[in-house]
Amino acid sequence: MTINLEIPKKFKPLANQANQVATEVFRPISRKYDEAEHAYPKELDMLASLIDGMNEGSDIGGAGAAGVRREKSDDGENRNGSNLSTVLGIIELCWGDVGLLLSMPRQGLGNSAIASVATEEQLKKYGGKWAAMAITEPEAGSDSAAIRATAELDGDEYVLNGEKIFVTSGDRADLIVVWASLDRSKGRAAIKSFIVERDNPGLKLDRLEHKLGIRASDTANFTLQDCRVPKEALLGDPEVKEKGFAGVMETFDNTRPLVAAMAVGVTRAALEETRKRLKEAGVTVDYDVPANNQHAAAARFLEMEADYEASWLLTLQAAWMADNSKPNSLQASMAKAKAGRTCVDVTLGCVELCGSVGYGENELLEKWARDSKILDIFEGTQQIQLLIIARQLLKKSSSELR
Amino acid sequence: MTTTTENKGMAERSMGFGLRALNRLAGSDLLDRIRLRKQVEKALFQGTKNGFKGATAAGRTFQAAQRLGKPARQKKGKSKGLFDLSPDDEQQMFQEAGRSFASDLIRPAALEADEKRETPKEILDQANELGVNMLGVPEELGGVMTEQSAVTSVLIGEALAHGDMGIAYAALAPGAAATAIGLWGSADQESTYLPAFTGEDIPAAALAILEPRPLFDPFELETKAKKKGDEWVLSGVKSLVARATECELFVIAADAEDIGPALFVVESGAKGLSVEDEPAMGLRPAATGRLLIDKVKLPAGALLGEGNAKTKDYAACVNRSRIAWCGLAGGTAAAVLDYVIPYVNDRQAFGEPISNRQGVAFTVSDIGIESNAMRLATYRAASRADRGESFGREAAIARKLCTTKGMQIGSDGVQLLGGHGFVKEHPVERWYRDLRSAGVMEGALLV
Repeated sequence: MTINLEIPKKFKPLANQANQVATEVFRPISRKYDEAEHAYPKELDMLASLIDGMNEGSDIGGAGAAGVRREKSDDGENRNGSNLSTVLGIIELCWGDVGLLLSMPRQGLGNSAIASVATEEQLKKYGGKWAAMAITEPEAGSDSAAIRATAELDGDEYVLNGEKIFVTSGDRADLIVVWASLDRSKGRAAIKSFIVERDNPGLKLDRLEHKLGIRASDTANFTLQDCRVPKEALLGDPEVKEKGFAGVMETFDNTRPLVAAMAVGVTRAALEETRKRLKEAGVTVDYDVPANNQHAAAARFLEMEADYEASWLLTLQAAWMADNSKPNSLQASMAKAKAGRTCVDVTLGCVELCGSVGYGENELLEKWARDSKILDIFEGTQQIQLLIIARQLLKKSSSELR
Repeated sequence: MTTTTENKGMAERSMGFGLRALNRLAGSDLLDRIRLRKQVEKALFQGTKNGFKGATAAGRTFQAAQRLGKPARQKKGKSKGLFDLSPDDEQQMFQEAGRSFASDLIRPAALEADEKRETPKEILDQANELGVNMLGVPEELGGVMTEQSAVTSVLIGEALAHGDMGIAYAALAPGAAATAIGLWGSADQESTYLPAFTGEDIPAAALAILEPRPLFDPFELETKAKKKGDEWVLSGVKSLVARATECELFVIAADAEDIGPALFVVESGAKGLSVEDEPAMGLRPAATGRLLIDKVKLPAGALLGEGNAKTKDYAACVNRSRIAWCGLAGGTAAAVLDYVIPYVNDRQAFGEPISNRQGVAFTVSDIGIESNAMRLATYRAASRADRGESFGREAAIARKLCTTKGMQIGSDGVQLLGGHGFVKEHPVERWYRDLRSAGVMEGALLV
């Protein structure tokens, strides 16, 4: 054992493969689906099957949909496992295109939730299908405990009612994992998630959103009207318990590093392109010479690269801790917060440095600067991450620090 | 030498400005109105009393007990190839020893050391006993580490600077000279100088690179080494040297004729060396001073390395120094975090702890995020150095983070305590001053 912050050799082939997918599949169609919002990127079907084939429950090239079940081990041996490899794969793919990664069939956040907490029977029934996640409501964004959608037990079925917005791949997926309350008087403890088949007649698509970025990924709004699902569609424990909601939120401890990884990938794409463009303009970064003795653009670049590296390292740290069964909720939020804000700052900074070349649609820099913003919002906004971090550092409850 | 004369000129001129300003101040009745005349006069008196200029320490005679046939070098580290953030057993031991040393002895002594501009001898002795100044000495010469120890040095620097950055600088500075000789010295240089760093009475020593001017670039030195027959003649000025008056040995960076930037080993008794006090905003327990080098004649063997000091070695030296300073900045940043958490939880305003407010709480989150990232970046650079991989980029990135985020953390630390942060009752004002050294310091420490 000794401190080492390099990518292990055994993951190099995986990263390489993911990079090839990003280069050969994502980049060439990146602009096409940015322009053709709501058109289904059919190029991804073949790729998804390919990944399913390679995958078989492992981690190559996915968006973490294989689930992030924590490795249990207490032999004290250092592990580099699926959390780390998933993060590395996502970084490469999002270097290609984050909107397309989010559109990958069977790689939805719902898949991640199912893979992480489903029972054997549920895995058998729903495995191999594409699952989206429906949490947000018009009146409940970051405040997921304020969810108004209800689920009422009626015989062998739950009856779901409510409204869901911002469902990524909601129109394309086979399944939607819907969050709803069993008893609104019991607060967050009563919030559960339910698997709803996309063709359920009680699930009505209201519209698809038009967005600032990640336009390749569709974002659906639904109404649930007396939507009936079998009792077995409830994910996890049906009991209303104090810790129940914590269990639901644990999914996010595991997926936050993955979103951080998306941000790291987009940031790296922008930096690499900008480095190339600056070089053409005669500006290179010298790492030995003090930043202030160099061209202002080189100094700015170094500053952005340092923030990129900070995001990358925090993301690897969070994933490594998960691989080694160390509690990482704090580090996961640190990674998400830092990577999210860095991605926005850096992609916008790169557009600024590259001038009209960066701002124009001939290059992808302006697109990355639009895609980046969502990464500091979904899966917990910057402010929510800072809240989570502060509560942990200051040992505060959510009622003390609101 | 032009540097020195220019410098003197500048010093004289600034004295002139000072007198002019003083005159205006003394003539105004403002001083009397705000009852500051006594304090100002006293401060002036102290200032002239403390300001000194004198010879370097007489120093011991460095002599080789036995000569090495070829230079001894510590081995490069190996890794199992896996990503790993856990220190090994030996590193953990150093880290824990450093931490208890810092909390038991360094932190309690820090306020007074800052005021007196002096680190207590017991603390320096204790640091030497911990072995912090012999980490870079190869085993053949009495050292304890078989492998290179940049990561270990960073962990120790962090631990000590969690107690106090200025004391950490004072305690670790001699090791920088030893490590430089251990990494790049010739067999002769190693056997002459390194045994002194493994004994009871470890000499004060310094790695002097920084020069006093804006936009200093360690690769464009104004300290020059000219060839004169078989000798080198060194002239120039070095800045913010820890314990400058006590130093018995200097490793000095100079632009060597026909070679470029290189390092020279200079004993304190060399004719033409003198020191001048250089108090600074922070790092005060290190009793920083300027080293004035006026046509110091050195034998050919004073050039560090086997007579062909390489620019590559010099670049490595500069970058290893930067990593060492990042280690200290990371330690002090962590100290800020650990200090503000109980403070903002206890401090009441508007009927509740101020930490219940997001404006306060989010600042704490940011300190947590950025200090964590600074330290990870520093570990990465250090571990690459230990394994013999390129580390210039990683050192530059760690330095950038420690310079900007480290200073922000220093500033936030004071801000979170408000007016209480501004007074010396709390250490955050000292950490604010100390953290500004990140990004300013070059050389002086080495991993």
